[in-house]
Amino acid sequence: MAAGAASGGSATTDTYKESRTWLLMPAWLTLSILVLAPVSMMLVYSFLTKEFRGGVIWEFSLAAYDQFFFDRGLFGDEAPKIEWTYILIFWRSIWQAGAATLLSLAIGFPTAYFIATRPEHSRPLWVFLITIPYWVNLLIRTVSMKFLLRDQGPFNDLLISIGLIDSPLHIVNTNFAVQLGLFYSYLPFMVLPIYAAVERYNFSLSEAAADLYASKWVTLRRILLPAVKPGVIAGCILVFVPSMGSFLAPDLLGGAKNFMIGSLIEEQFKGNAGNWPFGAAASMILMTMVLILLLIYARQQARAEKTEG
Amino acid sequence: MAAAKSTRFDIKSYRGFKSITLLCLFILYAPLVVVTIYSFNASNSITTWEGASFHWYADVFTGPESEKFKSAAFNSFVIAIVAATLATTIATLAATGMVRGGKFRLRALSFGLISLPLMVPEIVTAVATLIFFNSIGFDRGTMTILLAHTAFCIPFAYLPISARMQGIEDSYEQAAMDLYATKRQAFTKILLPLMMPGIISGFILAFIVSLDDFIITNFVKGAGVETLPTAIFGSVKQGIKPNIMAISTMLLGVSVLMVTISYLVSKSDNTK
Repeated sequence: MAAGAASGGSATTDTYKESRTWLLMPAWLTLSILVLAPVSMMLVYSFLTKEFRGGVIWEFSLAAYDQFFFDRGLFGDEAPKIEWTYILIFWRSIWQAGAATLLSLAIGFPTAYFIATRPEHSRPLWVFLITIPYWVNLLIRTVSMKFLLRDQGPFNDLLISIGLIDSPLHIVNTNFAVQLGLFYSYLPFMVLPIYAAVERYNFSLSEAAADLYASKWVTLRRILLPAVKPGVIAGCILVFVPSMGSFLAPDLLGGAKNFMIGSLIEEQFKGNAGNWPFGAAASMILMTMVLILLLIYARQQARAEKTEG
Repeated sequence: MAAAKSTRFDIKSYRGFKSITLLCLFILYAPLVVVTIYSFNASNSITTWEGASFHWYADVFTGPESEKFKSAAFNSFVIAIVAATLATTIATLAATGMVRGGKFRLRALSFGLISLPLMVPEIVTAVATLIFFNSIGFDRGTMTILLAHTAFCIPFAYLPISARMQGIEDSYEQAAMDLYATKRQAFTKILLPLMMPGIISGFILAFIVSLDDFIITNFVKGAGVETLPTAIFGSVKQGIKPNIMAISTMLLGVSVLMVTISYLVSKSDNTK
């Protein structure tokens, strides 16, 4: 999913040119009907009127977006003020996803670098070790994290038994727990693109810098980092995007105070109390933000590829 | 460990990076290891350790909640096998069209469509799919989960398959066709066998993604239909119980086993 994939890969031959349409038809149909049409229908629903028992009435309305951005008082007849509740939930999601991304970068970069500088034959094994936990059920991983960190959990037991603390640290139901959960969920997405970039890096550049009396840290910051920047940016986006819309980590590790977009959306479709058009509108806003980010990323990658070749 | 000593003179290595890597692995594995250990706890409480036993594994299969878990596991595996099979078939055909189909105008658009499920946040896909089935009056149940999973799994199957196909030169197929093989024969007798490691990896990844999915399933499942993740989530909401840790450990084992197979399959071949 790193660079190159964005353009669909390069190597292609035309052996099956004539049957191309038939080969691609199942994918086109399945994804158009089951992803593209649903997203379009969601856009339509976000402009409909809510029905009180869940579902919609087919009448055009801007109420969902209005409710998101404006507060018109209890009876809807006051002058509109900015409604901060939902903007704050979005802001918290951005902030939490950003913190999780920085945490992943702080640990993921050295890890990726370390793996990329191992002997060539042992690198796949390191990469494999990093990716295994990603393939374990996200729900199970998040529950495990909660089990480990809770007040009477093994982590606190350990700290108390070695005398580091007297009473358990309250980690679960804090912002930090959510960040840790998000970090845990998406870390491989940070490590893999950076690893790929460092592996391609020409280390004679670092040697040249060292010959010119640059210290190791100056070499890292001034020579290596600019060279692997596309990989770092790819990693940050790949962690940030899924973190922002995540549901399990904030729901299980964050508790009621640390509500994020995912939970806000989920609540609108649960039982009879929900508001489908509002949920659809919130989803549209989230998707738009993510697609803008991905677009910036794609352009940046295209530019990086141009300067490389 | 001579390498560790010469760190200061080795231009490539930075002090502390190795420790951070080990810390990283520790953070990744500690929760899983702890849950695995505690799943063997004989105690009724999750806090105190009272010796090792298979008590909670037995409880999963014969205890009061066993019927619920058995039907959830059955649903999960049937859906994962069918969805992964469909997604892999669709992805293999699509990869052939994309990688062996020459240049065409819709190529970039097709790639965008195939990777769409990876770009749209999962919760948005879930909401959109629920709304779609609702708007066409399709009753929610096992079928809706299956359809949603099939679409969502396509990119996961597609990526390893197309990566593999790009690594195979088309000279093998050309040689076969020079010897009067039809295109269909060149595809089934030459390309498909060469593609097998990629197809197996793709199938396994799609299978795991389907087996593990919670968010989409939670939205599109009908009342009363559960898969393992939704059943586990329902239980966990009332507190983590020891039997959940036993189920989690078994599911964790399945995932690790499948990924290891996929790793070994992709490593075993060197046709490049």
